[in-house]
Amino acid sequence: MLFDENLEFLVPTIVVEVMPKAVLLDPAGKALTGALNRLGKTTISEVRIGKRFELTVDGPVDAQLLAEVRDLAADIFSNEVIEDVVSITVVNDGVAGETH
Amino acid sequence: MRIGVITFPGSLDDRDAQRAVRLAGAEPVALWHGDHDLHGVEAIILPGGFSYGDYLRCGSIAALSPIMSEVIEAANNGMPVLGICNGFQILVEAHLLPGGLVRNDHGTFVCRDQKLRVDNATTAWTSGFTWGQEITIPLKNGEGGFIADQETLDRLEGEGLVAFRYLEVNPNGSLNDIAGITNTRGNVVGLMPHPEHAVEAGFGPDTADAMRSGVDGLTFFTSVIASTLLANA
Repeated sequence: MLFDENLEFLVPTIVVEVMPKAVLLDPAGKALTGALNRLGKTTISEVRIGKRFELTVDGPVDAQLLAEVRDLAADIFSNEVIEDVVSITVVNDGVAGETH
Repeated sequence: MRIGVITFPGSLDDRDAQRAVRLAGAEPVALWHGDHDLHGVEAIILPGGFSYGDYLRCGSIAALSPIMSEVIEAANNGMPVLGICNGFQILVEAHLLPGGLVRNDHGTFVCRDQKLRVDNATTAWTSGFTWGQEITIPLKNGEGGFIADQETLDRLEGEGLVAFRYLEVNPNGSLNDIAGITNTRGNVVGLMPHPEHAVEAGFGPDTADAMRSGVDGLTFFTSVIASTLLANA
């Protein structure tokens, strides 16, 4: 089981978030923004759509693993030409089973 | 001459690329993404399609395929490599060519016979064209918008590394109307339009002469045969 009844991660998990570069046109976000405006949600002026990666890992999250994930985020999960890695978060470091 | 065409999971135009190689007078060799073997080919084509369902980013997972380590090594040693459409996306994800390809600015898939201008007729895949020659080959993509940072664009323009430019219509929002680029050495070329779909009269784009008679794509493949013969001479 990956989650408890509150959908908190039960296993060591690292979350990586990647967004299209702000200077680039985000056609998917633009299409959604247009639909929201048609629904009268005019206070939402822009939506940008990115990606979230949830990495389930074996064993506790240590500095070495985090460094490895930072490299993977930069080299594989994102393409620096078109995207930015905006966050790398340890949501459960696997120490004492606590959720952070 | 043996020219390899790599099939990735989700490749679509690998058989068309093999057919184009055959019509140009070379022997097509089917290569498999999971192998570490180029089977002695003298040039490589990365075909169009939707490798790995375009998951993560177009071409990104295919760029991590086992055979790509051999492709990258061969490309760095000067072997001609052509990336068509998804193959172009794989080449940029593998860092064999600069820049990136993003969703078309208008958000929809585009399929049309596209006029291009040849802006570099010295590469392994374009030597049979003349500088500034106008050609028409099919284009079909959803994520063909070429982008790069200003520094990279300046370098591509300054060093003449833009191989093809869209004429009349920019179909996907590519910066500077860039349809295809080459590396400095001229052996690695990538483009979004599909030369392999314009190699046989009766099955190509319409021309002023006759319906579907366009065979402008054939020159890509005859060029690489000629430049390889020249290199081996």
